[in-house]
Amino acid sequence: MRGEMKGPTMNALYSLLAVLAMVLAGIAGGQSEPARVALATFIPYAAFATLLVGFCWRVVRWALAPVPFHIPVTCGQQQSLPWIRSAKIDNPSTRWGVVSRMAAEILLFRSLFRNSRARLSGGRLILGDSAGLWLCSLAFHWALLLILLRHLRLFLEPVPAFVNALDRLDGYFQIGVPPLYLSDVILVGALAYLLFRRFRDPALRYLSLFSDYFALFLLLAIAATGILMRYFTRVDILSVKQFALSMAAFQPRAPQALGSLFLCHLLLVCALATYFPFSKLMHMGGVFLSPTRNLANNSRSRRHINPWNAPVKTHTYAEWEKEFRDRMQTAGIPLENETEDAGHARTN
Amino acid sequence: MPDTLVQIELKPPQGDWRDPHVEFRKGSICYSAAPKNLTALGLPNPRAWQPLDSDWKLPPDWKRIILDGMKERLQKYRSFRLFMDICVRCGACADKCHFYLGSSDPKNMPLARAELMRSIYRRYFTLTGRVFGSLFGGKLAGGRELTEDVIKEWFYYFYQCTECRRCSVFCPYGIDTAEITMMGRELLNLIGCNTNWVLEPAANCFRVGNHLGIQPHGFKDSLDFAADEAAEITGLNFEVPINRKGAEVLFVMPSADYFGTPHYYTLLGYLMLFREIGLDYTVSAYASEGGNFGLFSSHEMTKRLNAKIYEEAKRLGVKWILGGECGHMWRVLHQYMDTMNGPADFLDVPVSPITGTVFANARSTKMVHICEFTADLIHHGKLKLDPRRNDHWIATYHDSCNPARAMGLLEEPRSILRAVCRNFHEMPENTIREQTFCCGSGAGLGTDENLEMRLRGGFPRANAVKYVKQKHGVNLLTCICAIDKATLPTLLEYWVPGVEVAGVHELLGNALVMTGEKERVVDLRGEPFPAEAYAATTASEADHA
Repeated sequence: MRGEMKGPTMNALYSLLAVLAMVLAGIAGGQSEPARVALATFIPYAAFATLLVGFCWRVVRWALAPVPFHIPVTCGQQQSLPWIRSAKIDNPSTRWGVVSRMAAEILLFRSLFRNSRARLSGGRLILGDSAGLWLCSLAFHWALLLILLRHLRLFLEPVPAFVNALDRLDGYFQIGVPPLYLSDVILVGALAYLLFRRFRDPALRYLSLFSDYFALFLLLAIAATGILMRYFTRVDILSVKQFALSMAAFQPRAPQALGSLFLCHLLLVCALATYFPFSKLMHMGGVFLSPTRNLANNSRSRRHINPWNAPVKTHTYAEWEKEFRDRMQTAGIPLENETEDAGHARTN
Repeated sequence: MPDTLVQIELKPPQGDWRDPHVEFRKGSICYSAAPKNLTALGLPNPRAWQPLDSDWKLPPDWKRIILDGMKERLQKYRSFRLFMDICVRCGACADKCHFYLGSSDPKNMPLARAELMRSIYRRYFTLTGRVFGSLFGGKLAGGRELTEDVIKEWFYYFYQCTECRRCSVFCPYGIDTAEITMMGRELLNLIGCNTNWVLEPAANCFRVGNHLGIQPHGFKDSLDFAADEAAEITGLNFEVPINRKGAEVLFVMPSADYFGTPHYYTLLGYLMLFREIGLDYTVSAYASEGGNFGLFSSHEMTKRLNAKIYEEAKRLGVKWILGGECGHMWRVLHQYMDTMNGPADFLDVPVSPITGTVFANARSTKMVHICEFTADLIHHGKLKLDPRRNDHWIATYHDSCNPARAMGLLEEPRSILRAVCRNFHEMPENTIREQTFCCGSGAGLGTDENLEMRLRGGFPRANAVKYVKQKHGVNLLTCICAIDKATLPTLLEYWVPGVEVAGVHELLGNALVMTGEKERVVDLRGEPFPAEAYAATTASEADHA
C-alpha cells in the first residue's frame, strides 16, 4: 500500500493529520489551566493581529505593484457603434459597468457560472453544462458569511436587529431544538462537495496541494466543532457570550464553564485566522484587484498610463530610409530626404 | 502531416506534476531562434542550440538572472504578483484549454501551466516557501527548486500556450494564463531561450518593416500585383498609394495580407472597398506590418515594434489610422499601443469620411478596426451589395481570440457577414464569441515543426466546425485573423476536409457592386461564380438599368 501512496494522496493525508493534531491540541489544552488561559486569551489576540496585519500587508503589496497595461478580459460585445448593443456588464466601458461586473463576480461568481465540462465521445468533443462547482462555491461562501454575521450576537450587546433577523431567517424551518440553522447544513454540504470534487476529479487530484486540502479540512473541523457544541453538547451560550464580550472589550477572562470542545473550536478559528494571510485564502482580497476584471474596456478612448513606461530602442524612419533609399527610389516610393547622397546610404 | 493519425483522448494524469522532466520530441516543439536574430534585436545569449539538445548552453549565472527577472516583474506587474498569489486551484479552467483537450497532457491545464511558475514563486518569493522550502523537499509548501529541468519545462509549456485567454473567461478571479505565459517567455528571453518562429519575424519587422522581411520595392510589387488582380476582376483601375504624405487615413494590415493565401483575397476586398468609397488613404512600407511578434516575446519588444505605427502616422501627416483584419495585432493596438507609444495627440479623432460617424470608442488611440469601419458603411447603406455572389459559400464565423477576448469585437464582423452572404450559420454557443476556441497556432506557435501540437490544439475548434459542416453543410470558415488564415486551412484539411478559410473582407469584395465594374464572372479567388449566382447578378444588373 505504501508504495502506491502518490504525492497528491499524501497531501490530503498530511493536511487531515495537521487538522486532527490541532483538534487534539485544543481538546488537550482544555484539560490544563495554563493552557486554557493561553488558548482563551493570548492565542486569539495573536491570531487576529496576524490576520489583520497580514491581510493588510498582502493587499498593500498588490496595490503597490502598478498595473502597467490595460488588460481586461472582455466577455461580450464591446461598446463601439451606437446601433450595436454592447454587453454593459460583461464588457464594461464605464465605471458603473465595472462596478456591476465586479459585483456580479464577487456576489454571484459570474465567471464560475459559465463553467462547462468537456468530454470526448466517439472522437467528438462535447461541452456539457456543469453547475456543481458554481453552486457549491456560492453556497459555501454565502453560508459562511451568514454564519460569521450570526456570531456577532456573541460579541455585541444589545444584539443588533439585523443579526436577530438573520438568526430567525436561518432557523426558519424550526427543525429540532435548538432550531437547525440552514446555513450549517449548507456549509457542511458544500464543503463536503468541494472536498469530494478534489478526490474524484483526476485532474484536480493531480494538482491539489497540501494547502488546498488543509483549508477544506480546517473549515470542516471548525464547522463540526461548532455544530457539536450547538446541537449536541449544548454549550452554555451565556458563558460564551460573557467570554466573547470580555475579549471584545480587551479584558479577557478565561471561561470557567466552557469545555474542551469550545476551546478546540476557538483554536481552530485562530489557526484559520493565522493561516489566512499566508495562503490562497487571500483570494478574498485579491479578487477586487484583478486587472482582467476591474478595468473598463476603454483603452482606445482613454489612455492608460504606465508609470514605468521606459524608453526602448526603436528603428526610426530615418534609419530605415537610409538603408532602403536606393530601392525605394527605383520603385518610385516617395522619399523623405530626396537630397541625401545616395552613396552614404548603401549599407548592405 | 504527422505519420500517424493524431489520437485525441482524455486520460487521467499520471505521476507528480512537480517532476519537471519533459520529453522533447519533434512535432510538439518550436525550434530555437537563430543567433543572427537575437543579435539583430540585441537580445542576450545568442548561440547555436536546439531544445532537443541536452546542453542548452545557458549563461553561467542563469539562475540569478531568472530570479532577479522574476523579482523585477513581481514589482512591475500587479497582474503577475496577484495571479501568483490567489489561485485556489478550483480547476474551472482545466478543461477550457484547447491544448489540454487536444493533448491530454495535464501540464497543459491552465492552472498547471501557472503552477510551473507558481511553484518557483512560492519557493523563492513567499515567506512559507523560504521557511519551509527545504522541509519535506518543499512538498507541503508546494514549492520547487529552480533547476535547469524547470527551465526546459517552462520552455516546453510556455511555448505550448497561445495566450488565447479562454481560461481567464472562466476563472472566478480572472487569472489570465496569457499574463503568466508572457512573463515566462520574458524570463526565458533573458537567458536566450527563445524560438525562431517568434524572433525571426520580430527581427525582420524591426529592421525591414514586416515579418517576412519584404523590402520596400517588394512591398510595392506585391501591392501592384494585387491592384492588377483587382482590376482584372472588376475591369476598373486600381492604384495603391504607398508612403503618400497628406492622405487622410493610414491603413495598416498584417503583412500576410499581401503575401499569404487566403489572406490575399482579403486584401483584394480592402482595395475594392477603398476604391469604391473613394477613401483618401495610404499604406506605408516602413510600418508595413500590423502584426507584432514582440507580443510573443516581451513587452519591451512589443513596444519597439509597435512604435513604427504612430511614428509613421505622424510623419505622413494623416488624420487617423485604420487597421486590417488581424488578431494579436488588435490585442496590441487596442490594449497596449496608446499606453506604450501614445499619446497620439498629433492625430484627429477618427471620423468616417463617408458616413460622418465619429468613432468615439477610438478617440484616444485614433485607430479604427476595419470591421467597425465597414459595418458602419453598410449600416448607413453606403455600399451596394449583392450577397448572391457569395451563394457558393455556406459560411460560419470563427471569433479570433484577441478581438473576442481583448476587445469584444463580436457583432461588427457578423453584421458585415449577414449583409454580404446569404448562408451563415453559427457554431455552438460555447465555442464562439468570448468562449471561442483558438486555432491552436497563435502566439508564435504556427510553425510546421510544431504541427502535431497545432493539430491537437486546434482540435476543439475543428470539432465545432465539423458540427456545423454536418448540420448545415458549412464549407467556409470566416475569420479576422492573419494567423487563423495561415493555419486554419491545414487544421481543417486534417480534421474537416472540404471547409475553406476566408477573411470577412474577401466576402465583402465578392458582394461589393462597384460603380462601373464589368460583369463579374469570377470571385476574388479567380474561380467562376456558380451559374445560378451569375445569372442572378446579371438579372439584378438589368433591374437597376
